[in-house]
Amino acid sequence: MNMLWNAFFIALREIRRNLTRAFLTVLGIIIGVAAVITMVTLGQGTTQAVKNQISNLGTNLMTLRPGVGFGPRSAGTPNFTQGDADAVREQISGIAAVAPLMSASLSSIHLQNARSTQITGTTPEYFMISKWSIGEGRFFNEQDYRTGAAVCVIGTTAKKELFGNEEALGQKIRLGKASCTIIGILVSKGQSFGGDQDDTIVVPLTTLQRRLVGKTSAHDVREIMISAEDGADTDVIIDDINVLMRQRRSLGKNEADNFSVRDTRQLAETLSSSTKMMTSLLAAVAGVSLLVGGIGIMNIMLVSVTERTREIGIRLAIGARSREVLLQFLVEAVTLSSIGGVIGIAIALGLCVGLAGLIQVPFQFDARINIIAFFFSTAVGVIFGFAPARRAARLDPIEALRHE
Amino acid sequence: MSAEADPSLITLHELTKTYGHGDAAFQALRGVDLTINKGEFVAVMGPSGSGKSTLMNVLGCLDTPTSGHYLYQGVPVETLNAEQRSLLRRHALGFIFQGFNLLARTSALENVELPLLYRGISKKERRERAEEALVSVGLPTKMRNTPAELSGGQQQRVAIARAVVTQPSTLFADEPTGNLDTSTTAEIMELLTRLNQDRGITVVMVTHEDEVAAYARRTVRVKDGLIEFDRLHHEPAPLQP
Repeated sequence: MNMLWNAFFIALREIRRNLTRAFLTVLGIIIGVAAVITMVTLGQGTTQAVKNQISNLGTNLMTLRPGVGFGPRSAGTPNFTQGDADAVREQISGIAAVAPLMSASLSSIHLQNARSTQITGTTPEYFMISKWSIGEGRFFNEQDYRTGAAVCVIGTTAKKELFGNEEALGQKIRLGKASCTIIGILVSKGQSFGGDQDDTIVVPLTTLQRRLVGKTSAHDVREIMISAEDGADTDVIIDDINVLMRQRRSLGKNEADNFSVRDTRQLAETLSSSTKMMTSLLAAVAGVSLLVGGIGIMNIMLVSVTERTREIGIRLAIGARSREVLLQFLVEAVTLSSIGGVIGIAIALGLCVGLAGLIQVPFQFDARINIIAFFFSTAVGVIFGFAPARRAARLDPIEALRHE
Repeated sequence: MSAEADPSLITLHELTKTYGHGDAAFQALRGVDLTINKGEFVAVMGPSGSGKSTLMNVLGCLDTPTSGHYLYQGVPVETLNAEQRSLLRRHALGFIFQGFNLLARTSALENVELPLLYRGISKKERRERAEEALVSVGLPTKMRNTPAELSGGQQQRVAIARAVVTQPSTLFADEPTGNLDTSTTAEIMELLTRLNQDRGITVVMVTHEDEVAAYARRTVRVKDGLIEFDRLHHEPAPLQP
């Protein structure tokens, strides 16, 4: 123990003697540790953000989409009809609400302000299923839906783009072919999955079909949102919907599904597994830089051993044992890499706090990854410090003293 | 004859040292017999290639003999491994070199503390003993200076302080004045003589200068790996007050 303490003392003295070299030696470790921790911390923050957003959607929400999977669906897969939505509502038990969604990208115009906006046509149940709250005015109701009234409800971003700070409620805006009266303004929901949820204009499905685009096809519903009653088994409901939809879409026994039903749990799993994969990928890349940092330490330590051959000779002559020389160089490498680890952790924390604010991801301090990164940096010192230290310890004192 | 009564510190018997193997083998020492008693001041002289450096390395336990026996204070050195020889050097021997061999960018005080560090001596005692050693070599005001800030003579004084701070029984000096001018040479030699006379440290010194060898009380001349002659001086060199 005393020998180790002595070696540590000698190593610290050596490091202090050449601070610039020490800094350059550990730069690789600093960058590696900082990169790994930043990647993992931000990745975990992103995963958490995704989970939060999905749990905001509610646990009993299901979505029915054409095609399978999340990617762009293959051409020719038919959309749904309003009749599909009605059939789900009427024929499946345990359903609380159903909202068919149709969307159209139309120009929205108020005075000289014009922009292209994604317009959603749906039923009044949509607001409940999607957990929207009303800020001013009201949602559209069953009657608006039945009559195809020229009304719309807009999100805060859409309002800001078209009206700035002016009063919007009760104003008319032109959407595609017709004018609609703004009867409600939604409470902001913020960003989700990289998109602005508040940049939205919602109209009754009938209004969108009849007034704004002119009815083109019966298959105009791109998605049906379904919420189950509290306590209902979503797995059973999903199976029932599958059977119903296969029947309605006239799929034969050997034909694969051309639609999919997912609940939020599955959505959460899919999304968080993809963010997790991304995080581990980035962490692995950062881990490589830690390895490169280790090689940097070995390189400098080998140079250092050669440069300090005479010093090693002096130490051996005045009675240092070869294992004390080994320990000195090993402790020096480990001390350097550990200091690098600590500096890397400090930089990573600063980066995480700064970047989390910048890219709007919650900052979550994870002690585990910091501890792992620290021990990893120490291990790098042991592994890459050993070869140079052994070379130093094996020097012959007479040769070493003669070295110029 | 008991060990206590035996005045000999170093005994070499039929000592040889061969470098290389087969045809390339070179016999640097070819059967040396030598006895050095406690408290002696011995100058080892000889032309380059005579084997005097090899002899010093073996005496200083830095190198091992190929054959023969070397007893240091009754310990058979040829049976010790590298680690045991390190410990012997640590506890009983001190070294000074022609090139001073101080640690660069390290203060005189820290250089002198170094051997105490390997002995595991406490920080406070280390500091006290190092300061004391530096005062005894006449450098009470240069303790914080690094070697680059000291003259050659001052550097050699620091090296001497480092060698004697552990109170060794023998001090090995390898051309200690080889890099110094005449007046500094005299100062260093007087310092070594004083350490020998006042503190009873045995000094074994390699030199090729007769003036320097004259400070010793005994001269051993080596030639072709053998001792050519071994002579006691009639009078020790006069010390300047």
